[in-house]
This record gives sequence, structure tokens and C-alpha cells, in this order.
Amino acid sequence: MAQDMTQDMTQDQAFLELTGISKNFSLTRALDEVDFSCKRGSVHAILGENGAGKSTLIKIMSGVLQADSGTMSVEGKPVHFLTPSEAAASGIVCIFQELSLIPDLSVAENISLSNPPRRFGLIDKKHQNVIANELLARIKCEDVDPNSLVRDLSLSRRQMVEIAKSLGKKPKVLILDEATSALTSRDVETVYGLLDELKNDNVTSLFISHRMHEVERLCDTLSVFRNGRHVETFGKGERTDRDIVRLMIGRDVDAHFPPKPERKAKKPHLIVNDLRWENVINGVHLEVGKGEIIGLGGLDGQGQKELLLAMFGVLRGLEGTITIDGKLASPSSPAEAKSKKMRIALVPEDRKTEGLMLPMSIADNLIASSFNQVTTGFLIDTAKEKAVVAEGLAKLQIKIGSVDDPVATLSGGNQQKVVIAKWLMTDPEIILLNDPTRGIDVGTKQEIYKLMNELAAEGKAILFYSTDYAELIGCCNRVAVMYDGAIVAELEGDAITEEALVAASLNIDTNKGEAA
Amino acid sequence: MNSLLSQFATNVRQNRGFYGALLMLIVLFVVYNFMHPRGFSTPVLVQNANEAVVLGFIAMAQTIPVLIGGLDLSVGAVMTLTACIASELVNGSPAHMIFGMVVTIMSGAAFGFANGIIIVYGRLQPIIATLATGAIAIGLALFIRPKPGGDVDGDLNWAVTNSLFDFAETYHIFDDGKAAWFQPIAWIPVPLIILFGMAAIVWVPFRRSLTGRTVYAIGSAEGAAYMSGLPINRAKIAAFTLAGFFAGCGGLYLAIQTSSGSADIVQAGSYTLNSIAAVVIGGTSLLGGIGGAVGSLIGALILRVISFYFRILSIDPLLQTLVQGLVLLIAVSLGAIRTLRVKNRLELFR
Repeated sequence: MAQDMTQDMTQDQAFLELTGISKNFSLTRALDEVDFSCKRGSVHAILGENGAGKSTLIKIMSGVLQADSGTMSVEGKPVHFLTPSEAAASGIVCIFQELSLIPDLSVAENISLSNPPRRFGLIDKKHQNVIANELLARIKCEDVDPNSLVRDLSLSRRQMVEIAKSLGKKPKVLILDEATSALTSRDVETVYGLLDELKNDNVTSLFISHRMHEVERLCDTLSVFRNGRHVETFGKGERTDRDIVRLMIGRDVDAHFPPKPERKAKKPHLIVNDLRWENVINGVHLEVGKGEIIGLGGLDGQGQKELLLAMFGVLRGLEGTITIDGKLASPSSPAEAKSKKMRIALVPEDRKTEGLMLPMSIADNLIASSFNQVTTGFLIDTAKEKAVVAEGLAKLQIKIGSVDDPVATLSGGNQQKVVIAKWLMTDPEIILLNDPTRGIDVGTKQEIYKLMNELAAEGKAILFYSTDYAELIGCCNRVAVMYDGAIVAELEGDAITEEALVAASLNIDTNKGEAA
Repeated sequence: MNSLLSQFATNVRQNRGFYGALLMLIVLFVVYNFMHPRGFSTPVLVQNANEAVVLGFIAMAQTIPVLIGGLDLSVGAVMTLTACIASELVNGSPAHMIFGMVVTIMSGAAFGFANGIIIVYGRLQPIIATLATGAIAIGLALFIRPKPGGDVDGDLNWAVTNSLFDFAETYHIFDDGKAAWFQPIAWIPVPLIILFGMAAIVWVPFRRSLTGRTVYAIGSAEGAAYMSGLPINRAKIAAFTLAGFFAGCGGLYLAIQTSSGSADIVQAGSYTLNSIAAVVIGGTSLLGGIGGAVGSLIGALILRVISFYFRILSIDPLLQTLVQGLVLLIAVSLGAIRTLRVKNRLELFR
């Protein structure tokens, strides 16, 4: 156990301190003059909705990213981390959401990956296994064989190995970024116990979680972030749940939304019933009618993306049923999903890899999903192609130089319009949108909102996943909020408020908070 | 004991490709010896070993770049270049010969090091960078030896291409190879000892070093390797340097075996392609992260044993390429079976 810490440090002194930290990504300001500090032996929660800057903050603390400006100090000494290993050398260790394990190496090799025990300069496998066994025993994972490959472990076991790996670095500050999201309830208890143990050893834990009950149970201090700013830090019990939700929201809604379409259809067109996949989708029930815009809400990574992929025929091994217009429909590939039988379109998450062939021309990208419309026999009919492409460009008012330019030369907003136009050319009945406004400018966002309305008015069924609550409120007839792979709340009409959405995303009941 | 057994079972499960190849080699080789009129005899074994050594070295060379998820198209060319160097230097007094051998192998390693530097700091894809440097190696080889020829020490040729007994006799050690204790091992072909000895003293320690582990980590998940603070650049350079080193060993042996050097472009290309085949048959994934040099050695031996069958069965040698192609196709198909387990079809394209 790490007993090398100087015990004479007073509890009150900040161990890690950040002053005036700012970070910009090309379009957005992720962190804005953030001051933040945490004390020794504290279990400190960091709260905030999507895009509040939590991830950027911990990436800067742990050396993955470098701040544009501002300073950081450990025990009063200024530090500047260029790599994760430098941060680890100063005692700051992060357990990342995206796992940092090497799938093809064994558990023991992963646990002492970058600093293995050595004899005569070579890795000492026996000692390595001893270390692994000790650390695994500490987190009650004796059932994990240190010789098994990480690739063969379940997601929850992998996450525990990840925790063992970070403990092996003897952290003074342990950052847990959603570290319990994939764990079984027994493991969660173990992690709770571990955090108590670390607290007794005077180790600081920074805890990022979207589970309010965890935060309430474990943390002694809470910090709320919003829009890249540190809003407030307070002790446990000083604020009600309702107050915390308000602190997390409190921002200006600057976008204007066109009036929502009237809900016409009463009969649902698309019905998803008890859909399950791999512990990621856990029994989803959802209905979408023609002419409706249904929002998918919730925090990132609660199964929304997988739900859309499932409907589009990308996932294998689905349980449950999907019916379209009363007929059972389970596409086994995107090609089948877009066929005349189902007429589904998906605007995917990452337009640069899944949406577009970046080096190919705008025209080629536009017709990529609807070649059947422009071919005569086996050949592409250039006259037809020209007409179809021109129509697509006009419909979405895409500003371009020449249709033969590579699509990579367009701005983000126009690229996204190309993706949407490409799918509209297939004349879909059901349109699945995976965060279509991410990283694009305000003007284009407005156009996309307007387009969604027009499509709904034409009678399309639209399922719209967005990480931006304001969009869900402004565009949707109904919003289904997902949590842990299931829909935990469906809000309709005036009940779609930011407060209700945030509360549902955290799976808490704000009324209970007020009563307390 | 029980835990040792279960550990072995785990090991077999995790290295199915390697153990499958080993089993295949044993079966092929035993059957071959039964069919051969003089099967299970030292001369046959010596001859077989001699034919397999160079490809064995080149296959080991190819393995390490493949483990990081790359491909080294220059291994055959580096072999040719170093063989030409050896044909100039490996003769004369014993000290001169040893000097020549060291220079030969080190020039291979230096060439590989240059490959690594170009790939890491030039940020080039290994396959295209080594395509270019491979042509350079052939160019240098032609410069050194415009016409085939050279003069490699005859005693050395005899000593390293025969059994241990002949080696001892040539250099008058162990009572000219007649010492009683020496007899149980006297039948072992020297080329096999050189091949497996090199694997044992270079590859095995490398695999257990941090750099070696990083090689596997890069091929398995480069992002995670970076996030874990592993020395990525060092490992990539080391991978290509070792590839050059083993190619140099192959070139040296080729020169000694043929007592000459030749800037043979066709031969270089065929060795490069066969090395990739051997790597895959030996259980190494072309995506990187899985496999090892010993497996590739087995893969090289399998390719050679298949060609031995053509001789004893008097089959038209023209069919050899076709059969080798089929064997390779079957081997890679077995390797692709695990993609059937992928649940998210998008992952098939990543």
C-alpha cells in the first residue's frame, strides 16, 4: 500500500490545483478560465451535462491534453504534463471511459504494462503475476486469471482490470470517469469499498458519474460544471437534487426553433418492442408515428447510438422485435434497411468515417445510397446523375463550387447537408438521425431543424438523437430519455422541459429532492 | 501440477494458430519421412534443414513488422544485399571471416534501422516505405556484385551446412567429433542449430523486454499503448531493425551456403512473398498484436516440407506454386473464422 505520502500535510491544503485553465477546440471553447482544486483524502464529484467540459478537464489533469492557458500545481509545485505517463509520475492516474487496455495481452501484462517488474533487464513473468494477483485480490476479482487475455474478458471484468491497473500505479489522485458504468452491482460495491479504503490512505478520488445515488453515497464534495465553466463547489448535503439540476442547466437557449408540426398519425408506423443487445440495449420499447419527430435523449453512451444501429441492420444477435407498418422488419444490413421494403435512412454519428467518402466528389457522395436511380443497365447514366444531384443540392441549399470537388473541401455544416441529402434521395419513410447537428454552425442547424419539420409534414417518421437538450425541446413532439440501455421516461408536449430532461437523464426524481 | 496443466491449456487456447501450425508441421514431416526411401536419416534431415534455413530467417524478419500491424517488403532485398556483402567479406583468416560475418549481419540491422527511422519520423506507411527501400537495397547489391560470384570460405560452407559431427571434424574439436559424450547430438544438422539458436538468443529475450511488449501493444491497440505511456517510436524502430538483423542472418547463410553472392531480383521478391505466407501460416495476425517469430519459423518449415513432397511423389514442380497458394488460402481462412463472432458489423471495417 502506498504509505510514502507525507502525513504532515494538513487536510485542508489543496493537493491538486488548477488556475485559469482554458482550452479551445476549433469551433468551441471547451474550458473557460476554470479554477479548480481538490484536497487530500477527499472523494470529489464532478457534475455537469454533456459538453460541460468535464472530460476535457480530466484529460488536462491526466496529461492527455494540454491547456491553452492557465497553470496547474501539485502540492504547491507547478506542473506541466505532456503525456499521461508524466501525470502518473506525479501521482495523478485516470481510469478512462474508453478503456486503455491492450486486448491481445494478458491481464497480468496489462496491469503492469508500462512499468513491468524486471530481472536482468527482462520482464519477470512470475513477479508480474504476483503483482496482478495482489491487485486483483484487492478489488475482489480473484476469479480473473492473470494469464487470460483481456480480449477474452467481459466488459465488466475489463473495467475491473482497468481499475487494478491504475491502482498499480500507486495514485495520489485517482480519477474515475464513469468507471462504474459497465460494472455489475457486486463490483460496484467493491469499488465503493475501495474508495473508502483510498480515502483512509489519504488518496484523493475525483469521481465523474451520472448516477446521483452514487454521488450522494460516496462523495464529500461536489463541483458543478456548465458550458466549460466551473459553476460552484459545495459540500455534500448543502444543496438539494433540484438545486443541483438547476446549477447544471442555467444557460441561455440561443437557438430559435420553427413551430413544431402537428401530430397527425395516431397509429404508430415503427414499433420497437423489448429490444435487447449485448447488455447495451436492455429492453427498449418505442413507437414512432408517421409525421412525428421523436427525440432520443439522455446522457452520452446510454445505448442511443446502438439503438439506431440496431434498427439499421448493423448489429448482430438482436433480441426483441421491430415492426414497420404492422410487418415484422429486422434488416440484416444497411442495404436491406434502405430497400423498398423498409425504407429506413440513418444519418450516422461520425460523418467523416461513416457518413462520407471524404476524398470522393460531392456528386459521388450524393448518389452513393441511390445508385439504382441513376443507372441504365450496369452503367451510370450521367444525364440522370446530373439531374438527381442538382435536385439534392437544391433541396438542401448546399453551397458548393463544383459537384466534382472532393466532399472533404466543404465546411462541416455543408458536409452534414450532403449526408442528409444523400439519404433523402433514397426516399425514406423512416429517418434515423444520430446527433446531426454536432459540430456545425448555428445557421446550418436552423436549416436542419426546418428540414426536419418539412419532412415530418410530408409524413416521414423521424427518430432524432441529440445530446443537446435545447434541440430536443425545440424540435420534438415526444422525447424518450434513455438510461442504461432502456427508456426511463417519455416526455410529451409541454412536459418536455430542460429540467425534466436532465432529471430523467440522471434517473432521479426531482420532487423527491425538494421534499428532502 | 493441475494448475500447470490448466496453464498449458490456457496457453494452447490463446495460441491456437501457433499450435495448429506446429501440429501440421509434425504430421507433414513424419509422414514425409515414412514415404521417403531413406526417411529418418541424418543426410535427409541435413538436406531438408539446409533448404529451410534462409526462409526461416526471412520469415522471422517479417514477423516483427507484421506484429506492429505493418509489412516489410524489403526483407528479401536486404537478404540479397547482405548476401552480396558476405560474398565479398567472408573469407581469409578466421578473424577476417568473423569480422566479415559481423559486418554482414550489422549492415542488415543498419538497413532495418534506416527503414524504422524513415517510417517513424517520415510518418510513412511501412508497406510503401519498404517497397522503396527494398529497391534501393537491390540497387546497392547490384553495385557490389554486378555479376554473380564471390569467394566464401569452403571449410565454413562445409561446416555449417552439415551435421554437428561434420562441424566438429572440420574444426578438429571434440576429438574430431568422436568424443563419446558428443555422439548423442552429433546427428543434429548445424543449420537447425543456427536457426533455432538465433531465435532463442534474439527473439525470446526481445519478447520479454518492454520494447517487445510495446510491439505487441502497438499492433493490438495503438491508442491504448500511447495512453499507457509506452515507448511507441522506439518499439517501431526496433521492430524494423530486428527485421533487418534477421534478414542479414538469412543473407549471410545464403552466401555461405552457395559460396557466392548474386543480386537476384526475382529471388529477393519470392523470398519476401514467401515470408508473408510463412508468417500467416505460423499464426501471426496481419492486423498485428498476435503471433510470434517462432510460429513464423514453423510456417517457413511447413512451406518447405510441402515442396519436399513434390520430389518424393515425382509431381510436376510446376504445380508447387498452386499447392502453396491453396495451403495459404486455407490457413488464412481458418484465421478469419473469429470475425463470425463480431456482433457489431461496423467493427468489421475498423
